[in-house]
Amino acid sequence: MSCSRRDFLKDSVGAAFVSSLPLSAFVVLTTEEAAAAIAESTVRWAYLVDTTRCTGCGMCVKACKNENEIPYDAPVTRTWVERYVVTNDGQTHVDSPDGGRDGFTSDKIRDQEIDPDTIDKAFFVPKLCNQCDNPACVQVCPVGATYQTDDGVVLVDREWCIGCGYCIMACPYGVRFFHPDHKVADKCNFCYHRITKGMMPACVDSCAFGARRLANLRDPDDPVTKIIKTERVAVLKDEYGTKPHVFYIGLDNNVR
Amino acid sequence: MKRHVLHPIWVAIGVVGLILFARLLLVPDDFGVHGDSFTYNYHRLGNIEEWKNFPVKYQGTDTCLECHKDNAKAHRRSPHKRVQCENCHGPAGNHPDDVEYLPLNKERAMCLRCHADLGYPESTARSNLPAIVDRHHKRRRECVSCHNPHDPREDVE
Repeated sequence: MSCSRRDFLKDSVGAAFVSSLPLSAFVVLTTEEAAAAIAESTVRWAYLVDTTRCTGCGMCVKACKNENEIPYDAPVTRTWVERYVVTNDGQTHVDSPDGGRDGFTSDKIRDQEIDPDTIDKAFFVPKLCNQCDNPACVQVCPVGATYQTDDGVVLVDREWCIGCGYCIMACPYGVRFFHPDHKVADKCNFCYHRITKGMMPACVDSCAFGARRLANLRDPDDPVTKIIKTERVAVLKDEYGTKPHVFYIGLDNNVR
Repeated sequence: MKRHVLHPIWVAIGVVGLILFARLLLVPDDFGVHGDSFTYNYHRLGNIEEWKNFPVKYQGTDTCLECHKDNAKAHRRSPHKRVQCENCHGPAGNHPDDVEYLPLNKERAMCLRCHADLGYPESTARSNLPAIVDRHHKRRRECVSCHNPHDPREDVE
């Protein structure tokens, strides 16, 4: 077999060109498939908590537990309410008995009486899953049992979860827990079964004071989206780079 | 090649083949990357539908209004109108198909969730609501024996 220098160079260049093509370059897409591949979802769920309106009644926690079949008396919950009482000696007293499921009906915090005259400020802060854009919990899942949907909600596949607990450790907000009945990781999903039917999450519906609201960030006419875009809102633990999507009005520096 | 080299190679190939075969059987067809990120969108597609089909328990005030018009009327013009029915009456679920009567929680603790005076400053949202100190106000009596929960401005006859 003979091969001239010219042929050898020609073939080499050809081979290099062909081998540099990815396999996907040969997939032929229909117009619909191509459009679907570029188009962004028209929905990106986010949440707005107005801490200045929260009265600590705990109805949201109760509704969440009932709606999402979270064992009522087990020490786990998808959402909870924290109470902060800052006294004039610079101390911050924090509690969340049963996650605030039965509200805050006593002025004692962890069995400690606090003289009302020493209180500088007191407030309640509801917490829930932040449905992050960069969810640390999803990154660490070794089996692909937790994932982000195209409308921004992070879900847990109960069939696929092996219960290793990596995600529970990875979440900087501590919103994940081990479900005592299903033996899998569990977390708030903005009541995915409700919001995809045009309803509001159970916690939003049960809040009598408008402290909890849901927003679609991709809808510029959404009134809650307008508040998030135009008013001064904050997120929890911004420094972690998880890009949380639960926004807070009136977030105090004592809240972690 | 000698047999003591060939045999382990066949065994290794067999094991790999078995694993690939088992994977083919066990991994569902809809498992893969559904989105633009392998890190965040690698999952079983059918699970999204499973979550969407999760049963709704809190049906919302509008559903209650379809039948309970009398109570709703009083409730609607009262300061309690922003409290949805199911907060006190419990989740409707498939009522009245499966549960005929919803259990009603008449405990003091229910009302105290909002109306307990905790002695907090004006800036606390709770301080703007009418409130009692539990141990000083009609102890051991149900709130609803005097106050009408649908319209608390009215007394109970």
